[in-house]
Amino acid sequence: MAQHQVNYASSAGLPIALTSVDKLVNWGRSNSLWPLTYGLACCAIEMMASGASRYDFDRMGTIFRASPRQADVMILAGTLSKKHAEFARRLYDQMSEPKWVISMGSCANTGGMFNTYATVQGVDRIVPVDIYLPGCAPRPETLQYAMMMLQKKIRRESADMKKNVKQRIV
Amino acid sequence: MRKYTPKDNVQKKSYYSDRFWVAPRVPTTEVEAGSHFEAVVNALSNVVTIKDVGVQIGQLRIVINATDNFKTLQTLRDACGYAMCSEISAVDYLAQDGEFEVFYQMLNLTEAQRVRVVCRIKKDEAVESVVPLFKSANFAEREMFDMFGIQANNHPFMKRILMPDDWEGHPLLKTYPLHGDEAASWYEVDKIFGKEYRDVVGPENRDPASVERYDSQRFSRVGYEVPFGAEIEEGKEEENPIAYSETFMVDYTTGTTTLKKRK
Amino acid sequence: MQVTNKLTPFFENLNFDRDDNTMVINFGPQHPSAHGQLRLMLELDGELVTKAYPDIGYLHRGIEKMAENMTYNEFLPTTDRLDYIASTSNNYAYALSVERLIGLEVPRRAQVIRTMLLELNRIISHLFFIATHALDVGAMSVFLYAFREREFAMDLMEDYCGARLTHSAVRIGGVPLDLPKNWLTDLSKFCTKVNYELEHTYEALLTENRIWKMRLEDVGVLSPEDALSWGCTGPMLRGSGIKYDIRKEEPYELYGELDFDIPISDKCDSYGRYALYMEEMRQSVRILRQLIPMYDKTEPKLMAHAPQYISAPKEEIMTQNYALMQHFVLVTQGMRPPVGEVYAPTESPKGELGFYIKSEGEPYAYRLKCRAPSFFHTGLLQEILVGTYIADVVTIIGTTNIVFGEVDR
Repeated sequence: MAQHQVNYASSAGLPIALTSVDKLVNWGRSNSLWPLTYGLACCAIEMMASGASRYDFDRMGTIFRASPRQADVMILAGTLSKKHAEFARRLYDQMSEPKWVISMGSCANTGGMFNTYATVQGVDRIVPVDIYLPGCAPRPETLQYAMMMLQKKIRRESADMKKNVKQRIV
Repeated sequence: MRKYTPKDNVQKKSYYSDRFWVAPRVPTTEVEAGSHFEAVVNALSNVVTIKDVGVQIGQLRIVINATDNFKTLQTLRDACGYAMCSEISAVDYLAQDGEFEVFYQMLNLTEAQRVRVVCRIKKDEAVESVVPLFKSANFAEREMFDMFGIQANNHPFMKRILMPDDWEGHPLLKTYPLHGDEAASWYEVDKIFGKEYRDVVGPENRDPASVERYDSQRFSRVGYEVPFGAEIEEGKEEENPIAYSETFMVDYTTGTTTLKKRK
Repeated sequence: MQVTNKLTPFFENLNFDRDDNTMVINFGPQHPSAHGQLRLMLELDGELVTKAYPDIGYLHRGIEKMAENMTYNEFLPTTDRLDYIASTSNNYAYALSVERLIGLEVPRRAQVIRTMLLELNRIISHLFFIATHALDVGAMSVFLYAFREREFAMDLMEDYCGARLTHSAVRIGGVPLDLPKNWLTDLSKFCTKVNYELEHTYEALLTENRIWKMRLEDVGVLSPEDALSWGCTGPMLRGSGIKYDIRKEEPYELYGELDFDIPISDKCDSYGRYALYMEEMRQSVRILRQLIPMYDKTEPKLMAHAPQYISAPKEEIMTQNYALMQHFVLVTQGMRPPVGEVYAPTESPKGELGFYIKSEGEPYAYRLKCRAPSFFHTGLLQEILVGTYIADVVTIIGTTNIVFGEVDR
């Protein structure tokens, strides 16, 4: 991970000319991503551990917010059961733009080891996902790496949210 | 013709069974005279008819009629000191016998002994709720109802507990498949988006290890890389050889200095 | 009733037309203090709770049905995810049930390692308890201190079995791996550190703290009769004055030979339970210190010898032909235990964790029921929350130490 030089000013090496307003807004957005506390199962413990003493999440400017209106990114950590799916979608709808979703762990990515009647086979059936994190449970460093990937992705986007038409079906 | 799969028990079965294999049984010993269990059996036989009794793995196992469960547990609690009901659940034997086997696991804290009270009920029968005796039965009997469909009469709040309230089917029955039936697989899509979105979201992917070779958006093809979203056709794939790092390759042909010294 | 639309979220059928002055609020499944996915519907009269209804099932994953479709060894990693804070205790409870069903005897070194792992997991779980309980009540720095200790313990677990959280460190018949080289010295350093921190950080910050005492004393009072009736076990039961610990009363592994005390608390409230957890951590350290010298006196045998049920050690599989054949059959078909049933209770950090396994001689269990302590502690919430203030609701949920992997299975 030490090889990844995070260059704040460049446009992630892509041949796109971003205006300085874009760069400023994206710098602000990416460096203070406030996640919604959405720990569901075991991955929630690793999320808490990544926010705790050893792997501090605060150094990326993330503060876990409990209210969806104040959060930017929703980290779905853990198994989403079918009973809960409705509430996950409701909370996603309540978040205000711009919003991103990180799906953490195998259960959130594809249903994981719980190939049963009561598990949603992948959170992307319900919400559009930006970053998928594999692992069961993924290490806290993996979650921080995913957060950094998300930051990179945000810096590539245009600051005008209307231009960022994500591939959203619902 | 499709192979006949019996629908009354869809549990996974072993693909091989030895014709001459006789499975051993867990050893059941008789109740010793003068032990604590004998006092329990005597106290119970005064109140209910005991169909079968035995000691397995240090715990007493009593088989009674399903209608006697309240009296049995009451006697156990008041006369024999079994103050805690650890667990209540059922086993589905509908395919073999047409019955459920309901068991109550009791614990005596002063003697540190455990008793399992077992009874059998038919498919549409209900058991008498033991909530007046043990409050832990409140949640345990609700779970039994949710998973098997076994009602407990006079329960204060018989409603589904683990599955959503409008779930169809009782999951732990042997007739219910592991992946869930049709209603289960579309439950969350119907609930959130509506039935019209079933073809938008698509069916569940129950095979997470499946890899589609010609889908270049979701899979990357090691050795035959193409740009994201490019159309690939069978037979027109170009190989893109992977350049392995030279420093990691160990050359076994050149000997080490120690080997040369030994020679 | 609000007309629902496909894309606009709709809200619960909140019954606003009520005659009395009570308000129904939904302590939803997503809540920072809900310890997982607990949905509590609280009926409030001002700030006083008049009715409480816990709605669970938001993490139901069908683990019991999975057990009917997997072989016994295959199912072991799934048990990790039940009480995901102290994973080895669930693995061990499952392995113990299967071993009792088969009638296996585990070699001594495996017993020593397993007991060490169990006590280490107890410390991990109690540290997590104090971290989240203090965080809910408001003492946020205790969360960071406890997680610092927990990281050291998880380092130890990672050195042993490779995983921080979902260990699968125990197999049916023993343990798969021997201890790494410096593990025991690291463990004794960790024990000293935990003892030191218990005295100088957690107890120094919390025990005599006026705010902590005011928030925890007389909150969540659970009488002994209620505790027995609701099926409470473990620290909830001992916090109400009833002295029952499965490690002493129905000993398994090496607990019959070890010397430790069972702390009980007569106070029946949250403060008594907090003191109980602290003292239990000290007793766990005491057990670990007794186990460390016992390791060297054992001969290096890690798995039980039962060729019908358990594979041979890897060295034999790789060199002997019959061991390879037997291993192949055991892995592909699975082992067939005797016909019958077993219920093996163990003392997990949360309470009495037991697995009821009913086998019909097939390689797949006919029925597996996990007796989870948190399930019954959640039922208890219906009664214990009535008459408390809403600020105490969070404290009580924290003190019952519920983990939703266990509750919902």
